[in-house]
Parts: sequence; structure tokens; C-alpha cells
Amino acid sequence: MSDKPVKVSEACTGCGICITACPFGSITITNNKAQINDTCRVCGACEPVCPVKAITIKKSDAPQSFADWRGILVYAEQREGGVHPVAYELLGKGRELAANLGEPVYAVVIGNGLTKAAEDLIKRGADKVLVYDHSILATYRDDPYSQILTEATRELKPSILLIGATSIGRTLGPRVAAKLHTGLTADCTSLDIDPETRLLLQTRPAYGGNIMATIYTQNSRPQMATVRYKIMTEAQPDPTHRGEIVNKLVDPARIQDRVKVLSFEAAKEQVSIVDAEIVVSGGKGLGEPKGFELIQRLAECLGGAVGASRPTVDNGWIDYRHQVGLSGRTVRPKLYLACGISGAVQHQAGMKTSDVIIAINKDKEAPICRISTLTAVGDLYEVVPRLIERIKEQKTRG
Amino acid sequence: MLSVGLNIVICIKQVPETTEVEFDKETGRLKREGVAAVINPFDEYAIETGLRLREKFGGKVKALSMGPPMAEQALRDAIAMGCDEGILVSDRVFGGADTWATSLTIAKAIQLTGPHDIIICGLKTTDGDTGQTGPEMAEHLGEPCISYVSQIFDVKDGKVTLKRNLDDGVETLEAPLPLIITVSKDIGQPRLATLRGRLAAKKAAIKHITNKEMGMNPKELGLEGSYTRVTKIFTPEPHAGGEVVEGTADMLADAIYRKLKEAKVV
Repeated sequence: MSDKPVKVSEACTGCGICITACPFGSITITNNKAQINDTCRVCGACEPVCPVKAITIKKSDAPQSFADWRGILVYAEQREGGVHPVAYELLGKGRELAANLGEPVYAVVIGNGLTKAAEDLIKRGADKVLVYDHSILATYRDDPYSQILTEATRELKPSILLIGATSIGRTLGPRVAAKLHTGLTADCTSLDIDPETRLLLQTRPAYGGNIMATIYTQNSRPQMATVRYKIMTEAQPDPTHRGEIVNKLVDPARIQDRVKVLSFEAAKEQVSIVDAEIVVSGGKGLGEPKGFELIQRLAECLGGAVGASRPTVDNGWIDYRHQVGLSGRTVRPKLYLACGISGAVQHQAGMKTSDVIIAINKDKEAPICRISTLTAVGDLYEVVPRLIERIKEQKTRG
Repeated sequence: MLSVGLNIVICIKQVPETTEVEFDKETGRLKREGVAAVINPFDEYAIETGLRLREKFGGKVKALSMGPPMAEQALRDAIAMGCDEGILVSDRVFGGADTWATSLTIAKAIQLTGPHDIIICGLKTTDGDTGQTGPEMAEHLGEPCISYVSQIFDVKDGKVTLKRNLDDGVETLEAPLPLIITVSKDIGQPRLATLRGRLAAKKAAIKHITNKEMGMNPKELGLEGSYTRVTKIFTPEPHAGGEVVEGTADMLADAIYRKLKEAKVV
């Protein structure tokens, strides 16, 4: 951290005038000397007020060169030592971008008991993994995790930092971006390299998926993005892939940790529509909450999970955890069966990358039909029971 | 601190009422004409949270918004719901800010409005959809941040205990004040404006903060102070539709079954 732009020289008398001038509370006096902490925004308010001219601010020499920022860094989220699959998706995309740029792929994993996780990340394509393994890091907290990821990023100096847009990633990302003084694009669904500028083109939905925006970060590094889960293709394990595992020292005394986790209660029902290979979803066309019993029966006989559109969740017909779409989960099953779902753009944003989409709908003009592999135009209450019979028939026949 | 209650700041944003926006293909700008502006629906939950905290612990609820002069209406609506005062952070040099520049500007403005115990933000906005401004602001202020809060249990001895939603479960946390939180919809249905509130909103003097009061370098603000740039805006490509079958329920079930076989799921 010697490259901080604000420096305090030995001339400092510890008078504290700068503390009152600092709008961000970034200055403390330790051993009669001003210390500038990580919240410093380099606003310059302290420099002119210092009576002994002990504070100097390095002016950034424009245009900045980022030639020494190389590589793609993937933050590998984990739970109890198991890598979250979104990290493998990021490695898949990361390898592609790295090949395009001719740069390495790094991963950082933070937690406790990470030996296997580190090996898995190498198999999935990381050239180097920084491992921060310590019992005090067993559960996720914003403060320590963001501090460590920030330090790891400063050490590796990657041109790109990718984080999965999970609930944890979406709160960790902004903390790290702000600490690093760089841009962050939320919830990207597509990443590319501009062939001319070699900048990362980060495309994401806005306005509830009604428009897409492509965003880049020009004047700071790394170029940071959180990336939607279940959009990119996972890197497959390759046992022959070699990489370096670096176990980093974690010093608890140096770690900021203000929020205490008192307890964690795992979600009761494991609906896991996100991991299901088959998702059968119901929408407003069900007409009543009881309709989900039929959807459940079809899902059961296909071995799939039950999904739902937002209006049914808003009406209290089914729990939020089933919700597919922009404000729910993104799913990418082999088969998505939409029953009585009109398929607003927000819903499509959560399922349109499914391999096969089948819609059962009375209205063949419904938006869902435009993206469906097959649309059956009819009453779901007539079609679904017959479909269930048909599947069961075949099963008994073997 | 608690003898005088909590100093609560709610960050709100004015957004278009509908997300069914269109944009001008020539200029690449969003067509905002004729689209009504409202408080970001997620922020109404933040307001509700603040009002409930005030009811339980006493104190004051300030609503603060960064935006164009017309965003004053959103602050009046917040007062109509029960907020004590409204502060508009507005200046031409703030325009075009990304989440970095926005969070920096709001952080500075909050510091100008006096001490606070808790800052409450909505989960995200319906226009930008990022959810980043709250956590980034926490870094600018040097305060902890807890996202997706679904319930606040207690505020005692300078500490708050609360519950938050994660993808795979629910956490109970304890954090020191001052603190920034973003709240989920589980926190409680936002109340409607009352008649008394509406009258108060009409009479309320909205405080304005411009960069004159903040005294920041304009290079750090707005578009110029942003690290990210939007290079292209477009409407998502419609996916090509496939086969459409009509007929009796038996025919439809057969057609679906054939597709299931093709996809090797039965």
C-alpha cells in the first residue's frame, strides 16, 4: 500500500487540524502522526490546511498507463469449502477472454478448509490461485472478505476482476470496487473484448430487462463486473491443467471485522430451481393457487423443480424461492415448461437460455411463444393431465 | 444517542413509473416524455423501515435524494408517508454519475446534513437495477453495510441486531452504529400517505444541497467523475420462435411428449 497518493511526512506534529478538514473521516492520529486510512478519497482537503506542509498528494499523471495490469481474476465464492458453480462459469468466460488478450487467469478463494477448492479451481482453468484459509474466515462477512479481495487484487494487478452476481457477490463487489477506486458493472449477462481498445465490454440489462446497456471502464483498473449466475458456460474440469496454488498468510489482527454473524438458518425447502435440469413453471394462467398442485405433479413425474412467474408470487400463490425472472432466479435447464405464463420480458430474462422451451398457453400471441421451441395452444388444465398420463404410461411400459 | 432517538437517513431515487421504456434509436437517449416519475418502489420499503424505527425508538427520519429539481416531488411524497424532512442533492455537475460518483456525492451530502445513526437504502432501483450505491457509499463513509435486511430486531447500546436474506438461507447479524443497510421487501409493506402527511408535504421546505455547499472538485462528480461509461444501449433481440401446434388436448399432449423425447428428458 506504499502507492497511496496521499503521503504524510516526518514533519507531521500530530496537531489534528487535518482531521477536521477531512470530509470522509479518513485521518486518525497515531503516535503523534497523522495516518491516512483506506477510506481516503484523495479529495485534497487535507493538503492546504496542514500548518507544517507535511501532507503531499501525488497528482495523477494523465494519461495513465495500465500496461502493468494484466490477467483476469475470478473471485471464487465458496460455502463450507465447496466452490459455488458460478465461479466455474466465470473461469469458463475468463479463459475465453484470457485467450483473446493473451493473459493469465487467476482465482482468489477466501474461507476455511480450502485445499480441495484450490485444486478444483486449478482443474477448472485457473493458472494461479491465491488461497486465504483461516478459521476466522469460515463465514462470509463483508468487512474481512472485501479487505482481503482488495489486497489480493492489488497484489495480482489483473486488468479484469469478475465476481458472481449472487447475493454475496452483489454486496462484496461494490465494497471492493469502492476500496480500489474503480468502476463496477452490475449483473452482466455478456462480456467481450473490444478488438481495438482491448477494453472489457460489459453488457447488462437495465429497466427490468427492457433495454440492454454495454458499459466499459476506461480510466481505472481493474475493470470490474458482477456476472449473473447461469448465463456463462462452466469451465469443465481438466485434471491435466497445471497451475500454482499460493497459500497466503492471514493475520487476524490486521483484519477489520465490524459485523458479527450470530446465526445462520439454511433455507427450509430445497427448491433449487437453479440447479434443476427440468423446470416446470406456472403463471397467472393457472387462475388460482391450487393450480400449482398440477404443476407439482407434472414436475414430479419429470423429476424436475417447480418454477413460478412473478404475478403468482406477488399474489401469494407460491413462495418467492420459486420465482423465475429478473427479480427472481435465472435458470438454465435442459427443459423449461411454461404453463399459463405470458412471458413478459422480465420473466424471459430468467429463463430464455434454457435448452428447450415448451409453452402451454391459450394465447398463441403471448410473448413466451416467440421464444419457445414448441408452443401448444390450449388449456393447460386439459393438456397437462393428459401429458402426465402419457409420461406415466411410457414409464410403466418401460 | 438513544436518549434523543435515532438519526435516520433514507436514500431515495425518483424513477420512471414504468420500466417499459423506449429509446430514440438516433440519439440513443431514453424517451422520458409522458412517463410519470415516482419514488423507486424498493425505496418505499426503506422509508417504511425508517418510520418503524422512529416509532419504536424515537428520533428523526430524513429523506434524501440526488437528482434533477423535479425529484423534489419524490421527497414530498416521502414526507407525505411520514418522513420529517426532505433534502434534495441537485446540481448540474452531478449529472451522468455512475454508482461510484453517485455514492461519493450522496456520502458527502449526508455528512453535510449532520450526524446519523443509520442510513437505509432500497434493495436496488427499477431503472438502473444495480444495488451498488448503498454498499459503495458505506466505503466512502467508512461505515459497515448490511444488504438485503429483512427484519430489524433491536437497537440497543449503539448496536443493531437484524436478519438478512442470502441465496441459501437467512442470517442473524449484530452490527455497530452508524451503519448502512439495504432492505428487502420482507421488511414490511410500505404505508400509504396520510392526509396529514400530504398537508405537511405541501408545506414542507425542501432543503437543497448543491456543490457550492459540498465544495468538491467537479472533476470528481457526475459523468466526469465516473469510472464507467455507457457505450451502447439497445433493445434485447427477440428470440426466434419455433413450432406452434393447435388441436385437441390429446394432440397437444402428444406433440409435447415427442419434444420431451427429442430432448431426452423422458
